[in-house]
Amino acid sequence: MTTVSLNLNGKVVSADVPDNTLLVSFIRETMSLTGTHVGCDTSQCGACVVHVNGESVKSCTMLAAMADGADVTTIEGIADGDTMHPMQQAFHENHGLQCGYCTPGMVMSAIELVNKNSNPSEQEVREGLEGNICRCTGYHNIVKSVQAAAQNMGG
Amino acid sequence: MPDGQNANGIGSSVKRKEDFRFLTGQGRYTDDINRSGQTYAYMLRSNQAHAKISVDTTAAKSADGVVAIFTGDDMDVGSIPCGWQVDSTDGTPMREPAHPPLAKGVVRYVGDQIAVVIAESLQQAQDAAEMINVTYDSLPAMVDMRSALKGDTLVHSDLDSNVVYDWDIGDPDEIDAILASAHHVTEMDIRNNRLVPNPMETRAAIGDYDRAHDSYTLYTTSQNPHVIRLLMGAFVLSIPEHKLRVVAPDVGGGFGSKIYHYAEEAIVTWASQQVRRPVKWTSGRSEAFLSDAHGRDHITKAKLAMDADGNFLALKVETLANMGAYLSTFATAVPTYLYATLLAGVYTTPAIHCNVKAIFTNTVPVDAYRGAGRPEATYLLERLVDRAAREMGMSQTDIRRKNFIQPDAFPYQTPVALQYDSGDYGATLDSAMKMADVDGIEARRAESAKKGKYRGIGYSTYVEACGIAPSAVVGSLGARAGLFECAEVRVHPTGSVTIFTGSHSHGQGHETTFAQLVVERLGIDIDQIEISHGDTGNIPFGMGTYGSRSLAVGGEAIVRAMDKVIDKAKKIAAHIMEASEADVTFENGSFTVAGTDKSMAFGEVALAAYVPHNFPHEELEPGLDEKAFYDPTNFTYPGGTHICEVEIDPTTGVVEVVNFAAVDDVGRVINPMIVEGQIHGGLAQGIGQALLENCVYDENGQLVSGSYMDYTMPRADNMPNFKVGQQSTLCTHNTLGVKGCGEVGAIGSPPAVINAVVDALAELGVTDIEMPATPEKVWRAINDARAQAAE
Repeated sequence: MTTVSLNLNGKVVSADVPDNTLLVSFIRETMSLTGTHVGCDTSQCGACVVHVNGESVKSCTMLAAMADGADVTTIEGIADGDTMHPMQQAFHENHGLQCGYCTPGMVMSAIELVNKNSNPSEQEVREGLEGNICRCTGYHNIVKSVQAAAQNMGG
Repeated sequence: MPDGQNANGIGSSVKRKEDFRFLTGQGRYTDDINRSGQTYAYMLRSNQAHAKISVDTTAAKSADGVVAIFTGDDMDVGSIPCGWQVDSTDGTPMREPAHPPLAKGVVRYVGDQIAVVIAESLQQAQDAAEMINVTYDSLPAMVDMRSALKGDTLVHSDLDSNVVYDWDIGDPDEIDAILASAHHVTEMDIRNNRLVPNPMETRAAIGDYDRAHDSYTLYTTSQNPHVIRLLMGAFVLSIPEHKLRVVAPDVGGGFGSKIYHYAEEAIVTWASQQVRRPVKWTSGRSEAFLSDAHGRDHITKAKLAMDADGNFLALKVETLANMGAYLSTFATAVPTYLYATLLAGVYTTPAIHCNVKAIFTNTVPVDAYRGAGRPEATYLLERLVDRAAREMGMSQTDIRRKNFIQPDAFPYQTPVALQYDSGDYGATLDSAMKMADVDGIEARRAESAKKGKYRGIGYSTYVEACGIAPSAVVGSLGARAGLFECAEVRVHPTGSVTIFTGSHSHGQGHETTFAQLVVERLGIDIDQIEISHGDTGNIPFGMGTYGSRSLAVGGEAIVRAMDKVIDKAKKIAAHIMEASEADVTFENGSFTVAGTDKSMAFGEVALAAYVPHNFPHEELEPGLDEKAFYDPTNFTYPGGTHICEVEIDPTTGVVEVVNFAAVDDVGRVINPMIVEGQIHGGLAQGIGQALLENCVYDENGQLVSGSYMDYTMPRADNMPNFKVGQQSTLCTHNTLGVKGCGEVGAIGSPPAVINAVVDALAELGVTDIEMPATPEKVWRAINDARAQAAE
């Protein structure tokens, strides 16, 4: 067992978990934050993307122990109370989600994308989201959402 | 019902009510649910395609954390049923093997369940499963349909053949005579590639037995919880409906693959009673590849006879359809009643014969995947028509227009059973051609050529049948269930409304679209409406969501229940306002007495129904809560035109979709934003089938494309920006005039893509390319054609 302490969505949490506990299991099962999803077992789909110290990470590729001491932000941690983050709002306004399963990872990846490139072209958005699979939307409205959010995030 | 009177009514792109919970991580999917005292199940699956097995669980049972291990010998329950009986033309009944949830002595595909290990943690269950000793006595695996047809080895040794049925529609002799005398016959061999549906949420199930009430709850990733209750309760576990509650909470996509009753649902439900604790199973993605029903997988020979002017005279089709190792819920209907009946397409072809042989193989069961049969029919027709135009020296549009069913010909009876109610195929073609800027193609082709690239344009004009289905019709065709839908409209005392619908939303946005129907009809605010679905404990009854049926069947049921509410409310209002019922009208949420200034708001009447002090007690019961069952009288027939433009780099073989225009006739549109989203998603799956996705088995029945490392899912940078439009005619047999939009994208698009690839490479002499048109295949086609030209 390993003691993992980290700052999760602005709150310091700590738990003893088996050494091989993945960060995504720590978030979903140990901390009961089920917004972060698991869509594959080969680190291909991106449903589990969270931010670790501000960088987007597939939380299925990282042990919880490796995030010890880190700042971890999940989909539950980006809204300001009941006011959604501009990226969440843009997905709502542009119908960038259907079943909602890939959405948390997609939103977290998209936020990092816009943080690094404040005015991405359509092609840059498509390439930037290459690590997140969506089966519902055909990506059309996701791309629109991200470009709209970039404008609202001050791009 | 009128369009666009109310800001949140019919025709308005209302933003989705369900978004907030999904966007903030508050969706509640099956794997997000944890029950007190829960155990974890791991399925030990066969690693061989066909073998006799003996299983020794002794050592595993004493492993840390193990609660129980069960094999097929322990689980003495019924067989997982098939929902549709399709018999052979000669009267031989469908060959229908037993399908035990846990294999009994023989495994028949890689992934077949051998044992379930139930432990305190998932890891303990997995560790213990590795200690189970399975001895495989290998049998030859029937992987290829043609080998299985020969029947060298039987997939089910208790049956006399690997042919499930040998089924026909139409008169073969008549067709052969026409083929023999026709001016020209275009012939093709066509494979419709096997696909894996891959909703992003993998399947999961939690069985929870309650000893106090001797009742069961199953939480499951289903598109139709009532259907699961029926199939599992009545056929597999013998649990009556009043003792079994099935909950399908938020479900992360389905695309058909979550229609069926799967073994794991029965296993966890049964096991929870055995161990007296909740049992939770969540599929991994690699496990999903081995256990979710696959889609498509047809091999077809087709012949189209024409006269000298290019008029279609007859169509002959022979198809082998892969069923996999067992018959999944809808499997047998897909290549027959959802495929062969669509072979007229949008054309007036007067004579059609189709023979279908459904084949058992040692592969995962195959069943409906978005479009189900109709993509296969559309692909073969539109590839055949494209080839015919080239062989006849006609343009792609001329040959189609010449053979279109004309707008004044509806209702149109096809020679293959269906009667189309409405459509205007020329209109969608005109619109799509404008949208695709067809006039500019030659200039763009020349530009591409300057860069050393090939550019092509491909057409697909299609019709499909959805909104399944009239129960009497499907019953006569072998369906073992009715396909109506149920809705309850519960008006609360303050005038807010809860709709209980048997449809199930797993991405379609029903909570918004259905609410718009209520806004339109009852004139109340959209925030006063809640849509409840997915729980047999709440919903009176339901047949679920598949076959683009939610709005055309489920929505219509809601409308009919609302009509009953209005009828009763009018009587109440008439009593209170001391008027004759005939003089009371209901509009924009108010009951008004004609010719007076008397009126009552909807909410006032609702209150009077629950506080019935002044109430027509002799005539009515208190309360305002009505239910309707709606059984359609016909299928609905969406159609349209898809035009794809591709650019191909001959040095890499990569096909880039540079333009995609889709103009669809989905009937009346309730929420344009949601409809467009549905079409985008369907197009991505269709383009995925055409260019990327392929499910591959090796000769031993091992699944080669068993993860996202090997099975190419469409990603954002593979997809174009879609151009989507609607050109609607109304459905004539439901009051909403709606047809359905869930599947059109996946049905219409694959042939448009491949026709574009063939068009691009036609100058090299390439006449066909099999789906998926991967860079390797395209590169080889180009280089083979060039080599041949050089000879």
